[in-house]
Amino acid sequence: MKLLKLVPQDTNIRFLKLRVPFFILSIVLIVGSWAAVLTQGLNYGVDFAGGQEIRATFTQTAEAPVVELRQVIGDIENIEDPIVQRFGEPNEVSIRVKLPPEAEGNPEFANAMTNAIVTEIQQSYPDIRIDGVDSVSGKVSGEFRNDAALALIAAMVMVALYIWLRFEWQFGVGALFALFHDVSVTLGLFALTQLEFSLQIIAAILAIIGYSLNDTIVVYDRIRENLKKYRKMPLPELLDLSVNETLARTVMTSLTLLVALLPLLFFGPASLFGLVAAITAGLFIGTYSSVYLAAPLLIWMGVTSDSFVPKETEADLQEKKVLGQV
Amino acid sequence: MLDTPLWKKISLWIFTLALAAAAIPSLVASFTSSDEPAPVAADDVTAEAPAFPETDRGEDEEESSLPRINLGLDLAGGSHLLLEANPADVASQRLENMEEAVESALRQAVPEIDFGDTSRSDGQLSFILDSVADIDRARAVLEPIMMGDGLRREWDMSVVDGQRIVLTPTDAGQATALNSAMEGAVEVVRRRIDLLGTREPTIIRQGENRIVVQVPGLQDPVALKRLLGETAELEFKLVDQQALPTNTAAGVANPGSQIYPYAPETAFAGQFEAVKRLGGIRGDSLINARAGVDPQTNENVVNIQFDQQGGQKFAQLSTENVGERFAIILDGEVISAPFFNEPILGGSAQISGAFTPETANELAISLQSGALPVPLTVVEERTVGPDLGAESIRSGLIAMLIGSIAVIALMVATYGRFGVYATIALVFNVLILLGLMAIGNFTLTLPGIAGFVLTVGAAVDANVLINERIREERKRGRKVVTAVENGYKEASRAIYDANVTNFIAGVLLFWFGSGPIRGFAVVLVIGLATSVFTALTLTKMWVSGYLAAKRPKDITI
Repeated sequence: MKLLKLVPQDTNIRFLKLRVPFFILSIVLIVGSWAAVLTQGLNYGVDFAGGQEIRATFTQTAEAPVVELRQVIGDIENIEDPIVQRFGEPNEVSIRVKLPPEAEGNPEFANAMTNAIVTEIQQSYPDIRIDGVDSVSGKVSGEFRNDAALALIAAMVMVALYIWLRFEWQFGVGALFALFHDVSVTLGLFALTQLEFSLQIIAAILAIIGYSLNDTIVVYDRIRENLKKYRKMPLPELLDLSVNETLARTVMTSLTLLVALLPLLFFGPASLFGLVAAITAGLFIGTYSSVYLAAPLLIWMGVTSDSFVPKETEADLQEKKVLGQV
Repeated sequence: MLDTPLWKKISLWIFTLALAAAAIPSLVASFTSSDEPAPVAADDVTAEAPAFPETDRGEDEEESSLPRINLGLDLAGGSHLLLEANPADVASQRLENMEEAVESALRQAVPEIDFGDTSRSDGQLSFILDSVADIDRARAVLEPIMMGDGLRREWDMSVVDGQRIVLTPTDAGQATALNSAMEGAVEVVRRRIDLLGTREPTIIRQGENRIVVQVPGLQDPVALKRLLGETAELEFKLVDQQALPTNTAAGVANPGSQIYPYAPETAFAGQFEAVKRLGGIRGDSLINARAGVDPQTNENVVNIQFDQQGGQKFAQLSTENVGERFAIILDGEVISAPFFNEPILGGSAQISGAFTPETANELAISLQSGALPVPLTVVEERTVGPDLGAESIRSGLIAMLIGSIAVIALMVATYGRFGVYATIALVFNVLILLGLMAIGNFTLTLPGIAGFVLTVGAAVDANVLINERIREERKRGRKVVTAVENGYKEASRAIYDANVTNFIAGVLLFWFGSGPIRGFAVVLVIGLATSVFTALTLTKMWVSGYLAAKRPKDITI
């Protein structure tokens, strides 16, 4: 039986040759992403902005009358600039309204607004089916924002610390920077596309942090191994060798993940679209960053085989002990 | 060596099959339910309260598809509410209670201690004694009520300008009060929801001053919110007959009286009533409350029943004040102010006041469950209809099926026999993950479905690493057994490191996330553990079994 080989054996692609241009590109991506986040802003959903979101399906009409609906809801007292969007299927809509300042600390107000909208659209469109109502007060959404930022920072710092413990400080810094890149670019993408930014997206970013690091660790692990094996090899060459050696795995893993994710992106529930889209984008960003950021950074931080090896042999012994029990 | 001892093989198989078997009830139900609609869920659905009918649109079928695994509200449909109490409300209520306690303590002192100019401001209670000479006696009388449970000082007392006594709540006292108010509130919320007859509600205290309420299958969150928003503090107070209507309308009360507004849904909405502060009865002596219809007026009413003590007080109040009016006050609003036409001796009474059958029922439930010790407001609400959840499950399962087939095809095409092992491991991985979710009673949410798909995609990573490593070793000319052995050994390090970092991210996700996001984190974290087990341990056992049996000179990988 002939087996499929996605990556030919013995590739020798000089990835690291392009490290400077790609590093510049990465910096540009990071800066650009933050610029986009700061100028465009993220399209916060109700989780982070507070307010209300009503999701509804037209059971008889094939296509939701979005413009008309916007008008109908905008005419309700106290409601300004409702955001009415298609959501998934053409007959599904999401209606988002901001709570006016007077609604803060006055839950009756929020209730009354929901009721007003639901009553109004049910009267105007008898075939509408209310699928869900989310209502988040400004206080709670503010807490969500803080918690989310905290969780992202904590995740990046903790995994970087772990890598520092398991490898060397340079590896920890490299991984941290790669993660910072991944998170920044994902945020930038959301600022540019103005896709709704919700709690689910934070979940996606944390998943990206996990899986991006997965790639980085596999490459780092090979680098550490090769540093011990080829004491004399110049570092750029050694990094290229390591990336090439793990290339088949990188491609294969990214591909299996991708073929699992794509059906979910296209056939999955509409409310998962943002989450899955973010993870799918993160898959590419994360793979790129482990090859073009995490690895070259080691050169610039002066990793040498000498600085690395002595400490490692001891750790290695312990590792073998641990693994011997498995 | 690659040899796995027999005892280890047997225990691995037992372990694997036992966990996988735990998933079978869920799977069996999901297959049978498509043939015969909703055989399982039917029992659950009948347990609905009539006030909150669950729309029956055939969603039960999907709901029963994974009966052993808890479905999150975003999949099963239902309401999630986050209720919050304002600590300031507790503080001001405490101040009010303190004022009453101080008043009665000073009045009951022998001889009575006269005081005046009581004021509650800046979170303090202060009053002036008429006579400086009473200071020490007042201290002695008040000291016992400053201490909570006799252990911790709950109030500080100080004397200003010789005869003004100032009582300041201590932090410890305030914290204790908030805590017990919240504990009480959780109990009351639980009773109210139980009285609705809704199935399997979750009511959890969260943090200092919040309560999470989750009610699966609930279709009318508005009624639920109304019910939970009601403090249900019921009072019966005599109407101040001397009050001038103009004064009452202007908000000016006679000494010893207080002004209350009429509830908005009553016929007197917008008007006010002056009532006497003292000598009333509180609703906490109620033992029963039931909605009903008055046979004479055909009005919706709530019939209430006092306990013995309350009944006696009510009898006394009505006997002494025949021909006078008394106000029925709920949560600081007058519901009605009828006359005592005759003494009411049986300990039961009737509350009327422009009720609909639903609002009468809700009031009865609120009264019966007792008063909320502190008002609660809804700060977060998420409601999902059951249709949406059912659609989500369907499309999620389809996506998962397509994804799994694609992953399996890719693995088998790339690694041949070793890909088959990885595939079987993947199937076990999914089964064990489902089994653990069922055993641990974890909740499967919509993002959790994404977590499943992600696990399917990522779980094979360990086998990819191992198999690529074996390829490399073979390429370097190692013998089959050595290549396989090295493959497992060398790849384990990276697998281990990668999973620990993923685990860290997953735990943070769980810590930070709420509801559906937690469902995602749970699947990711459990999936990490199961995939390491199935990808490393199980495939190693099968591969070594194959090598031992066939002793192949070469392997296709």
